[in-house]
Order: sequence, then C-alpha cells, then structure tokens
Amino acid sequence: MFDDMIRHPATWLEGNGTEAEIVLSARVRLARNISGLRYPPIAQQEDREKVLAYAEDAITYGKDFLKGRLLYVNDMDIIDRDFLIERHLVSPEFMQNASARGLYIGPEEKLCIMINEEDHLRIQAISSGLTIEDSFDEASRADDFLSKRLEFDFDDEFGYLTSCPTNVGTGMRASVLIHLPGLVLTRDIENVISRITKLGLAVRGFYGEGTEVLGNLFQVSNQTTLGRSEEDIIESLGQVTNQIIDYENEAREKLFRDARDQIEDKIWRAYGILSNARILTSEEVMNLLSAVRLGYGMGVIKDISLNVINELLLFSQPAHLQKYLKMKMGAEERDFARAKLVRQKLAKSVASG
Amino acid sequence: MLCQDCHKNEATVHLTQIINNKKVELNLCKSCAEKRGFHSPFEKMPFPLAQFLTGMLKEKGEITRNGLQTLKCPNCGMTFTEFSKMGRLGCGSCYTAFRTQLKDLLRKVHGSNEHRGKTPSTTVKELKPIREERKLKEQLRQAIEKEDFETAAIIRDKLKELMELCEDK
Repeated sequence: MFDDMIRHPATWLEGNGTEAEIVLSARVRLARNISGLRYPPIAQQEDREKVLAYAEDAITYGKDFLKGRLLYVNDMDIIDRDFLIERHLVSPEFMQNASARGLYIGPEEKLCIMINEEDHLRIQAISSGLTIEDSFDEASRADDFLSKRLEFDFDDEFGYLTSCPTNVGTGMRASVLIHLPGLVLTRDIENVISRITKLGLAVRGFYGEGTEVLGNLFQVSNQTTLGRSEEDIIESLGQVTNQIIDYENEAREKLFRDARDQIEDKIWRAYGILSNARILTSEEVMNLLSAVRLGYGMGVIKDISLNVINELLLFSQPAHLQKYLKMKMGAEERDFARAKLVRQKLAKSVASG
Repeated sequence: MLCQDCHKNEATVHLTQIINNKKVELNLCKSCAEKRGFHSPFEKMPFPLAQFLTGMLKEKGEITRNGLQTLKCPNCGMTFTEFSKMGRLGCGSCYTAFRTQLKDLLRKVHGSNEHRGKTPSTTVKELKPIREERKLKEQLRQAIEKEDFETAAIIRDKLKELMELCEDK
C-alpha cells in the first residue's frame, strides 16, 4: 500500500508557502459527530460500522470535491500504519485499534478524514508554510460537502458537539509546526513558551527520548474551541505565530552578531556528519537537520534546498525508510541504510544545485 | 519521601491496597507506578478538564445533594458519574441531559459557554429525506433477509417515490 505516496514527500513538506523556512506546516482539524449514534469511545461495533457506512456514502456523494480514496485501517500492516503517522495524516491513537476505522486521503494529501477516531469524523487539512486560512478553507469545504448527506450533532448553545468537552463549539484545532533553533540556542524559548501559553494557546514540543525537544520543532495550537468564531481563532493564531517568527529572527541576528563562528561551526559540523556518517539514528538526523535548516535560513549553506531538507526529515523516519527501500529492517540495519540514503540525497542535491 | 522501588525519585503516587486482608501502602514515583501498571484515569485528559472533574468528584457530598448521582443520559445511558471519571461524553444527547453541569464546566474550560462560529450548511429539515432513505434501505435489507418479498416490493416503491421527489427539488 501507498507505493505512489512514497515516491514523493507529502505536499505539506514541499517547502513553499509563506515563511516556509520557519513554519513547516499549518493544519486545521474539525471534529464532527453524526446525530443519533454513540460516540466512538463507548460505541458498540454496530454503531461504529454504521458511522463508517454513512461516512462512505457521504464521501461518495461529495465526489465533486472529495476526489481521493477511502481506505480501511484493517487492511494496513504495521509499516503502513506507521507510515501514515510519520506523515502526520493520522494520530497514533487512531492506529491502535483498527475496528471499523476508515481513512479518506484526498489528492496530494491536502485533506484527510479519520473515521471513528475519538469523534465520528475528524476532517483535517494540512498545507505548507504559514497558511492557516488555506487549510481552514479546505477543511470547511469538506465539512460542507459531508453535511449534505450527514446530520451532524449541533446545539444552538454549544455548537458542534464532540466526544471530549474540550473540543466542543467550533470543533476546530488549528496549529502550526514551527522550527525555533535560534530561541532554543539563546535559551529564550522558555520565556516565549510561557508568553504564548498566557495568550490561551498551547505549545508542544516534538519530544523524543528524555526531555530534549526533537529537531527544535514545536507545535502551537488554539487551546479553546468555544465562544470564538473560526476566523477569530485563526487570526489570533496567525498573529501570535508572526510574533514568534519575529522573536526567532531576532534570536538568530543576536547569535550571528555575538557568536558567528560558533554558529557557523555548528551548522557545518551538522552538514559534515550528515554527508559522511555511516550510522545515523532518526533522532540524530532530526537534530542535525535542524542545524542545516538554520544554516539555510541564515544564508550560511546555499547549495541545498528547503525541499531536500524537508524530504530528509520525512524519509529518515523508520517506516518511510523501509517503504522507500522496499525492505523490512531492524533498528541497526535501518541506522546504516538511513546514513546511506542521507548521504546520497545530499550529494545529489549539491550536484544538481 | 523517596520512591520505594527505585529509591531515586520523589514518590508522588501514593496507593493503599488491600491484599489478603492486609493493608499495603505503596509510595512510588510516576515511572515506577507506571511499571507496576498504575495509570491515573486523568492522565490522557486535557489538564483543565481533569482538574475540574477531580474537583467535582471530591465534592461528592454536593454530588449527592444535587441528585447528580442519578443523572443519566436517556439515549446512551451514560451517567454523570461515569462522565466525571472518563472525561468523554457518550452521545449528542448527553449534552442535553447534563446541560446545567456542562455549562459551568465549559465556561471554566473555554472561558465561554456560547458558540459563536460556523453552523451546519444544511438544515435538519433539508436532511429529512436522507434520513428517510436510510431507514427505508435498512427495512428493505431486513425484508430481503427474511425473504419477505411482498414487503420488500412495497418498500422499494416508497424508495423510488422518495428518490423522484428529491430529484424534482
């Protein structure tokens, strides 16, 4: 499965769109539930199957807009499932239980719909760069098409009803995936995070083992979903994100001014290891790529494109690596194969650049 | 107090177990507690929600006084006590059944309890024929299963009529 998808990285990693060097992607998720059926956390098999059948009918009906394909989690093996998690198309929780779970994937992976996750439907749109409005428009249109065939639980007072009361109202979670190596290096990140949190937004790091944030990547999202319109929520997330970008750029200028040699050394060392190492773990690649990405952003490294950096970020993940090389590998084999792939892709990128 | 398993971390999980009529007290750090298989039911819950619900459970006296213990959703059967433990509602009707309590909760979690966003683009009335179509299709399936072809024919006519009506619109 997904042989067509492995040939190119996800559209949201193309590296175009506003501020794409710092903001990797913008995502909007809408939670919807079908009236009269129990919510997935307590639903019996019968209800879950009804949800799947109704959703399938609505997707088929909306084929003018919903031109992608519908898949069943039951048909996927472990690597397929991890592949979708790595691509951020599904949540890890979604893959833990396959029963009556469906996944719609739209053309170019801009849109996907998880069926029978925590809510009956989770409509999700992802785009590259600081493009929250684009993602919202896409998700909202899908919502409109689906509601031609489905009656969603909606309350005049509480809005769209959801399994967890923290999602009620708009049912919307809007988020940006943002790269902040400058703020991490100047140690201003804690301050920035606490300021963002006070504004009613949530910040999460991409944690690996221990407490270190993997690849200096952070996800900023709205905390509340009730009492404000979708446009309002998106506008304030956009404003705060622009503010964070300003802080990050200031931090980079400061680093360049005060510690230029050390920063350039860090960037070139990372580049050196990635282009020459024989064994690399995925955590190591993520952290080294963060430095290379910083080097690209600061104009230190010129002969590499954002596209290649993003592609490496994704293809060095375990399931992507195995799918790309078309073989199953243990951890040690993967580390060796990963280093080889990174070397080849970097060499090719420099040669063509 | 240090964790009794690893003797390294501060014990933050305190448990009392009764094993063979003997009271056993456990004082563990979070990771050792997890190793022994103790998970807090609130662990996966968003923070302010869990906090609020724990508070509500603690005021159990109040729960009894207000008759919250007997509060139950007539559609899916979820009780308010179950919701307080799980943090998830069972169906759309739960919001009606627990409206008063939820209003309070939602104001604390979201800072508001009134929706100000998008509304469904298709109204409930407009969706009526689709509900009808689903019902008829289900009846048709059951009739065919029972080999009751007479009823099946009637239902099929009704379906046809409904479809024509929709197309006219």
